[in-house]
Amino acid sequence: MSDKKPISSVNDFVVRFANVNGSGSASANEMFARAILRHGVPVSPRNIFPSNIQGLPTWYEVRVTEDGHLGARGGVDMMVAMNPQTWDKDVAGIEPGGYLFYDSTKPMPSAKFRDDITVIGVPLTAITNSTYTDPRQRQLFKNIIYLGALSALLEMDPKLIEQLIGEQYKGKEKLLSSNVHALHLGRDWALQNLKCPIGLRVRKSDKVGDRIFIEGNSAAALGAVYGGATVCAWYPITPSSSVAEAFTAHCKKYRHDPETGKAKYAIVQGEDELASIGIVIGASWNGARAFTATSGPGISLMTEFIGLSYFAEIPAVIMNIQRAGPSTGMPTRTQQCDIIACAYASHGDTKHVLLFPEDPAEAFEFAAAAFDLAERLQTTIFLMLDLDIGMNHRLCRPLKWDDAKQYDRGKVMTAEMLEEGRDFGRYLDVDGDGIPYRTYPGTHPTKGSYFTRGTSRDRYARYSEEGSVYADNMQRLVRKFETAQDLVPRPLQANAERPTKYGVIYFGSTSPAMDEAIGLLEARGHQLDRLRIRAFPFHSSVASFLAEHDFVYVVEQNRDSQLRQLIVNENGIDPVRLVPIVHYDGTPITARFIAKAIGDHQDHLKVTPLRKAVS
Amino acid sequence: MTYIAKPKFHHPGLKKNALGYTHRDYEGKISTLCAGCGHDSITASIIEACYELSIEPHRVAKISGIGCSSKTPDYFLGNSHGFNSVHGRMPSVLTGANLANRDLIYLGVSGDGDSASIGFGQFAHSIRRGVNMTYIVENNGVYGLTKGQFSATADRGSKSKKGVTNTDNAIDLVAIALQLGATFIARSFSGDKSQLVPLIAAAIGHKGASFIDVISPCIAFNNHAGSTKSFDYVREHNDAVNRLDVLVGRDPIAVDYAPGTVQVVEQHDGSKIALRKIDADYDPHDRLGAQTFLARHAAKGQIVTGLLYVDPDAEDLHEHLNTVETPLNSLEADTLCPGSAVLDKINASLR
Ligand SMILES: Cc1ncc(C[n+]2csc(CCOP(=O)(O)OP(=O)(O)O)c2C)c(N)n1
Ligand code: SF4
Repeated sequence: MSDKKPISSVNDFVVRFANVNGSGSASANEMFARAILRHGVPVSPRNIFPSNIQGLPTWYEVRVTEDGHLGARGGVDMMVAMNPQTWDKDVAGIEPGGYLFYDSTKPMPSAKFRDDITVIGVPLTAITNSTYTDPRQRQLFKNIIYLGALSALLEMDPKLIEQLIGEQYKGKEKLLSSNVHALHLGRDWALQNLKCPIGLRVRKSDKVGDRIFIEGNSAAALGAVYGGATVCAWYPITPSSSVAEAFTAHCKKYRHDPETGKAKYAIVQGEDELASIGIVIGASWNGARAFTATSGPGISLMTEFIGLSYFAEIPAVIMNIQRAGPSTGMPTRTQQCDIIACAYASHGDTKHVLLFPEDPAEAFEFAAAAFDLAERLQTTIFLMLDLDIGMNHRLCRPLKWDDAKQYDRGKVMTAEMLEEGRDFGRYLDVDGDGIPYRTYPGTHPTKGSYFTRGTSRDRYARYSEEGSVYADNMQRLVRKFETAQDLVPRPLQANAERPTKYGVIYFGSTSPAMDEAIGLLEARGHQLDRLRIRAFPFHSSVASFLAEHDFVYVVEQNRDSQLRQLIVNENGIDPVRLVPIVHYDGTPITARFIAKAIGDHQDHLKVTPLRKAVS
Repeated sequence: MTYIAKPKFHHPGLKKNALGYTHRDYEGKISTLCAGCGHDSITASIIEACYELSIEPHRVAKISGIGCSSKTPDYFLGNSHGFNSVHGRMPSVLTGANLANRDLIYLGVSGDGDSASIGFGQFAHSIRRGVNMTYIVENNGVYGLTKGQFSATADRGSKSKKGVTNTDNAIDLVAIALQLGATFIARSFSGDKSQLVPLIAAAIGHKGASFIDVISPCIAFNNHAGSTKSFDYVREHNDAVNRLDVLVGRDPIAVDYAPGTVQVVEQHDGSKIALRKIDADYDPHDRLGAQTFLARHAAKGQIVTGLLYVDPDAEDLHEHLNTVETPLNSLEADTLCPGSAVLDKINASLR
């Protein structure tokens, strides 16, 4: 019936599962992705879920990518359509020549299909109902049954899936064997009744290497454990909750005193974000490493305290897992949209350090580094993730830790130093880097105590509203921010093969899509130098990069090109030379999108001006 | 001059406590509050209590929000670290500080605006968590620092300085603290040093969430409407070129009365409050009894003072969280970081 040749591709396609939230499909879908990984083939999965718990549509997309492109691709080669509610949209989204997999227990009118796709019906409900009587079992095993059928259609090795099931249900023999049984029910049915395999196939490869598969939020939480965070205060908000949940889980495993069984950490679920950041600031003021995790709305509530952290110079680490705003916007969709809100959070003249990890591996590293930076700089450090990295499993290099590493506790004056007679002025710039010394409460009976306040004070922490004293302090804070430039992760530059006048700046979760887009652009004849920004304040190499190129594209996932605004603002550059490339519909940016947007602009630039052509 | 240091002179004959410290060692900067403000009397009682307890001043962390009351930590225990944080959010800052180092003594100072309005949630949650602290509200029924608006503890029907009648019901922080599970609850009056000092001392000694509501008259916003020395009168009759806010100091109100009796106290504005000191045979171990006792006397228009409830076996947040005895702020990489070998295992589990 198909009037388009079916897509034929090995290890390079996109499968999307359309499910109903709460149907227990998530673990089967994730197992599908993991099983492909076990074949040595990279995958890049994405959760697409509603801001609702039960009953609404949810999708899980697996990009199978032998070439290791970890950004979203766009388009769907095979739709596993398990949700009648979204059927029409799901069917419409399949690439011409693609495949539709559905539960054929109830017949569907032919008008519900398309002519240019291959339709694969498996009577999932019928198979399930004939095997299981318990309704919950029926629901759960149906997912495993379709996983089994897919394994046959895509020519996957069932042993590898069995192995995964074995790991998941280790020690729970009954669950293990019943899952394996369900897997084979689906697989055998497909082998007996369908033409297997189809055009899409998974073949064993060796492209995964030693890479790991982890969610950004979990990696960031692990970074907090390795970075020495002992206090975590948080308030639930999607997509950041899993940071605190993962921190709790990691701490339970790795942070108990072996002798007493007591916890070397304290985790408090605050009553709101105000309390969470207050707890962080109180703990950091008192010398502990503390952090909170939140998302945009939480940042808004925290801004008064963030100003206090800036002005009173108290370390704090805030992990901001960004989602589409403003307000509740699209709470379960991704964006990089809090750049300005975080860079200049709070009233008055403030500036904050932002870190932009590109993947879970960097989320781990930067999270750990954030605590050093917070204590070194005595200010708030924002770790800027987004839903796309935070809540999706990403393939990334293994996490690394240097056991020789000691924490940088920053400039802390001890009782001994005070005894030596060192001059202690809480806001005294002794080293010229803008960073003063602090003392922890309780340090010394008569020396080094001071009063912390958000109100203006002099270098010795004595309350003063003298204009010159205030200005002197504000100037020092600028000096401190300049010092930060050399402490934060530097931008990474990669040049095109041939010299070019064009550059592109990008950051964070855009990274994999950008890497792939460069290839697509080269194929179109466009050469671009790349600069991946990893932190704010911007290192001087950002200004050099801008100076070296006629046009620089700034690729980001928000409407107003917020990073570009920040670059223009902080570098005093002519905005015309910075071309915004923005993607903000809540889905992760794709290579296809970037390549088209930049490619079209480049083509436009390359049109020879009329005057030149005439002369 | 925007701050005033106290002269360091010590009279050699000053009495010393068990640590060899004199009263002066527990003082802070000179107060910049209005002369006669009840808050200064509370400061004096805190100094007295810490002196009597022979506390090492630097082992105290004093944390406050924003308001006249919240300024007071600058005026006592000059050798301890203080933190004048943001409006209404002292409790969270204190909670964090306490989590970082369980070995210090935490003194939270707040106002009724700070704790019963903007900070009502934080007040409640720090208490329900059982943070080991002494939480003092210096309760004057008004916003002092922002000049006289009603606070949420102002009685319904009471009049503001501008003559506005308060139509909202009052929040009784003591009743709330009782309900939320504070394990030490007291109320007192700023001028009743003989009652307040031991209450503060006992609260500091208590391990768990201690709450003391201290009625503390504000001379600026509850002085006589018709008085020629009132804030308004002076301002209206002031011919100077600039309209400075002039406050005429008052003597702080002091009272001393026997347990079991009711004392009517006239405030600066002429309004009267009836303080009822609980009987010596009152049982402060009965939470429910305390609640009814409080309600019964509130119905009579009396404010009950004294130690209303104490649970001597209270647990605190650290016990709930089962944290190590060593202060968390002193743990370093050698004990906090699981190390690269563990990380290798984690990596292996993620493939
Ligand atoms: C977020 C915020 N809102 C408002 C204020 C202004 N403000 C400062 S003190 C205060 C009220 C203080 O009242 P209270 O806590 O009763 O203390 P008092 O001055 O009466 O001792 C207010 C509203 C502020 N500092 N911060
Ligand atoms: S305004 Fe009231 S509360 Fe503030 S210092 Fe003056 S008397 Fe005290």
